[in-house]
Order: sequence, then structure tokens, then C-alpha cells
Amino acid sequence: MAGAVTTVTTLSNEARPKHLTEPRPVRYLLIAVALLFIGIVVVLPMLTVLLEAFRKGWSAYIEALKDPDAMAALRLTLITALIAVPLNTIFGVAAAWAITKFKFRGKNLLVTLIDLPFAVSPVISGLVYILLFGAQGFFGPWLMDHDMKIVFATPGIVLATMFVTFPFVARELLPLMEAQGVQDEEAAVSLGSKGWRTFFKVTLPNIKWGLLYGIILCNARAMGEFGAVSVVSGHIRGETNTLPLHIEILYNEYQYTSSFAVASLLMLLAIITLVIKGLIEGKLARSRHGQ
Amino acid sequence: MAANRKRKSALPGFRFTMGFTVLYLSLIVLIPLAGLVVKTAGLTLPQFWDTVTSQRVLASYRVSLLTAFFAALVNVAFGLIVAWVLVRYRFPGKKIVDGLVDIPFALPTAVAGIALTSIYAPNGWIGKLLDPLGIKVAYTPLGITVALIFIGVPFVVRTVQPVLQELENEMEESAALLGAYRWRTFRKVLLPELVPPLITGFALAFARGIGEYGSVVFISGNMPLKTEITPLLIITKLEQYEYSQATAIALVLLLISFALLLVINTLQRWTNRRLRSA
Repeated sequence: MAGAVTTVTTLSNEARPKHLTEPRPVRYLLIAVALLFIGIVVVLPMLTVLLEAFRKGWSAYIEALKDPDAMAALRLTLITALIAVPLNTIFGVAAAWAITKFKFRGKNLLVTLIDLPFAVSPVISGLVYILLFGAQGFFGPWLMDHDMKIVFATPGIVLATMFVTFPFVARELLPLMEAQGVQDEEAAVSLGSKGWRTFFKVTLPNIKWGLLYGIILCNARAMGEFGAVSVVSGHIRGETNTLPLHIEILYNEYQYTSSFAVASLLMLLAIITLVIKGLIEGKLARSRHGQ
Repeated sequence: MAANRKRKSALPGFRFTMGFTVLYLSLIVLIPLAGLVVKTAGLTLPQFWDTVTSQRVLASYRVSLLTAFFAALVNVAFGLIVAWVLVRYRFPGKKIVDGLVDIPFALPTAVAGIALTSIYAPNGWIGKLLDPLGIKVAYTPLGITVALIFIGVPFVVRTVQPVLQELENEMEESAALLGAYRWRTFRKVLLPELVPPLITGFALAFARGIGEYGSVVFISGNMPLKTEITPLLIITKLEQYEYSQATAIALVLLLISFALLLVINTLQRWTNRRLRSA
């Protein structure tokens, strides 16, 4: 459901006829209210991150990012995303193929279940893995006997991230592939094309922008997830800290400048994500109209 | 990848993709969530009831539900205005404003949390202005609401925007020709069409707000009974090794979320039907 907010929108720039719009003062007032709201609620926090990050100058900023713990956090964040995002992408494509290209009973239920992680509080997304793999959990004793660690270690962080970002790719592909139907693939198959070949030559070119769209949103969330990861991480500096967790530790230690410096990295990721998203949306709108 | 030609579809790969989907879904989502239910089932009913209705837990539901409710309400009002302005008016920087709407969705919650706290703390940009007036934002329920307003921005805007775009001009046109004033046209002709997406947006923002953790935990101050949200209480119980208590509270939170998901899905189907029939 949270993914439902990523609807592709196109902005029209035509002026409306006079009798179908509001008087000029009302228009200006509404625009002012909208800008003020977005300004205070969205832009002000972003400015704060930048100003606080550079409060002690450029060299302090670079210093904060070069800190070994920050680098370790960056590495763990990248590793986590590098595992979680491809797996969720493969899942998203497989699920979308099964759901949109075939008829079967229980389809609506399956779609609802895929959406579930959006409805679950991040804290619970972490908690469920503690219950499975923690010392008191179902598999806890077995893991301990075999000297394996899942929670309070990297595997737990990856699992919690996978849970939280689970629906992203599937969510983007489902409406797109539903709209595209099965004609292209059926034509290819009737001409003798094999399964994988049909997918790579026919389906993939049709869905590439939607797929990319889902992947970058999935990635942004994977790198930025805080609540779920916080529950399973164990907060060991330099070992089980991701970037968002590192921000928290620095902040709680009153190292505000360093904290905001690391935060500015993640903000940059968010901005890049949205810029790419904007670029893809144009292509996506065109590929949808082309159908 | 066995081609399943008994199915109606001539396409291959059903068994393979379906099998993988169900397996992966079960391993990552369903089995872990089932574990939560099984763990709670280990409690007797009175134990469960005492846990989820203890004073501190009840206070946390109250804080979570009320702040999420008011934040979603604020987002309905301003989200409608933002969506309206984006769809219907021309102004410089419109594309940028449209992009900014998605920031709360893309910005990691911890980043939002520390930024909002430093803005609304008594010595922050806005906190400094409000402090002399006796208004405290950071470390109060008002601060939690502010964080949840930030988190909820995209939900209302992005549910109202497509509906507003699809609305036909004809009804508006005839209302105008019949001499209806703009405000009356809005109330009688446009608003009824916008109510379903507004409620959906509200429910989405509300649901997200109840479970939200990262952006809230910095600004809330986390005082038991006063500014302690339910997700934080779950973490506190976990840190005290009160696993079954944490699980019981989590189950209640989960049930609230699922109930909301059901409402949202019904609403969205309703809106989509109206959109298609329009």
C-alpha cells in the first residue's frame, strides 16, 4: 500500500478556460499555501541537513565521512542493498510473470500477501526475525549449536531489509504487465520461441523502464531502512551498523556535524533516486500510451 | 522451466515462476509473520490481555493513534491543495514541487528524524520562534505529529492527483453555465468525486503513521505514558528481554494495520471503479 504512492503522474501545462478556474487572487493564494506547506514540511528539513553538515566547514565534513566507522557503515549498507535488491528483483519479475500472464484461483489473495510488508511496522519486520533466529527464538538453539549467527549480524540485517523492500519491484511490474497482456509473448511462442528467449527478447524490452523504476525505489528504501534494521542489528560499531544506524549513534553522542554529514550522503541518494524516477516516468508514460 | 500446456495460456513458465513466488513469499514474509502469531499463542489469554491492556501500553496506543490521526488530517487538507495546484494551475517550478512531494518517501526516516528534531528543538529555527509563545514541539506529542505530517505528505497528494486529472470538465462546465459560483461548483460537483481518494489518502497516511519509527524516535523524547509510541515500546520490551510482551503488543499493532489495509483495499477498488466508469 505504501508503494501505491508511486503512481506515475504527468503534469499538464495548459491554462484552463476562465470560467473553469478560480479568480486570480484565489489561485495565487492556493499556490502560496501549497508552496509554503511543501517549503516548511519538506524543503526546510533538507536545508537543515545541508547546513548542519557543513556547519564546521568542508574539511570537517570530509573528515566525518572518512571516519573508519562511517566507511564500515557505508560498506555494510552497500553489501545489504547488493544482496536484497537483486533477490527482490528476481522475485518481483517471477511474481509479475505468474500473476499477469496466467489465470489461476487465489490471484487476489496472492497480490494482497505480496503487499503485506507495506502494512507492517518496520519494527515488527525486524522483530519477526528475532523470534525466528534470536537466542530465545525457534531456531536460536540450533544456530548456536552450529556456531551460526543470523540476528545481530549481517544476515539478519539483509533479511530485515529484504522483508521491508519485498513488494517494491512486483508492485511496479504488476499494473504494467497486466496492461500489456499476453499477445506479444503468445505470438513469439507460436513462432517457436522458447521460454527464456521469449522473456529476454519480448517481455524485458516492454517492461524495462517499469523494472528500473521498481529497482531504484527498492534500492533507496534498502539503503535507508532504519526501524527494521535497528531491531536486528545489535548496534556494534564498525560491524553491524548501516548508514542510518550510524547517523543515530553519532546523533545520540552529540556529534551533530558528523551525524548530519553522513545524513547528507543518504539525502543525496534520495535526490538522485527521485531525479532518475522523474526521467523514467516520461519514458514509462510513453511506453504505456504506446500499448 | 516446464511449459504447462494444460493451462489456458500458451505461455511457459507458470510452474517455475509460481513456485518461486510462493516459496520466496513464504520464506521471507509468511513464515516469519506466522512465527509472531505462534509466539503469542504461547501466552495464556489472561496473560496476553494483561500485557496489551497495561497502562503503559494503552498510553502508547493513544499517543500513536492520536498523533497519526491528526497528522493524516493535516495532510488531507494541505495534500488536497497541493494536488489541486499541481494539476490545475501553472506556475514556475511546478515540476520541482511535484518531485519534492516524493521526498518523504525517498528520504531515509532517520535523516528526517534528526533534521526535524533540530528544527523544532527549543533552540532550532522554528522551535526558537515558538518557544516564547509557550509552544513546545520537540519532545511532545506535537513533535510526533510534525514528524508524521512529513512522512504522510506523498500519500494524500498522490492518491488525489490522478483522480483530479481524470475528472471530466463537462460537469464543471454545465455547473458554470448554469451560473453556479466556483465555490458551489467545487462543493457540489468536484468534492464528491474527491472524497474517496481523500479518504484513501487519509487511511494510507494514518496506517503509515501508526507503524512509523525512524522519523519519530528522535523528536518524541520517548517519555513513557506521554510521548512513547507503540513501535518504540515494542523495541523497549525487546531490549528488556520481555520477548512475549513485545510480541503480544506487536500482534495488536499488526492487527490494527491489517484492518486498515482491508479498509484501504476496499476504498481503492471503489475509487478505481468510479474512475473507470467516469
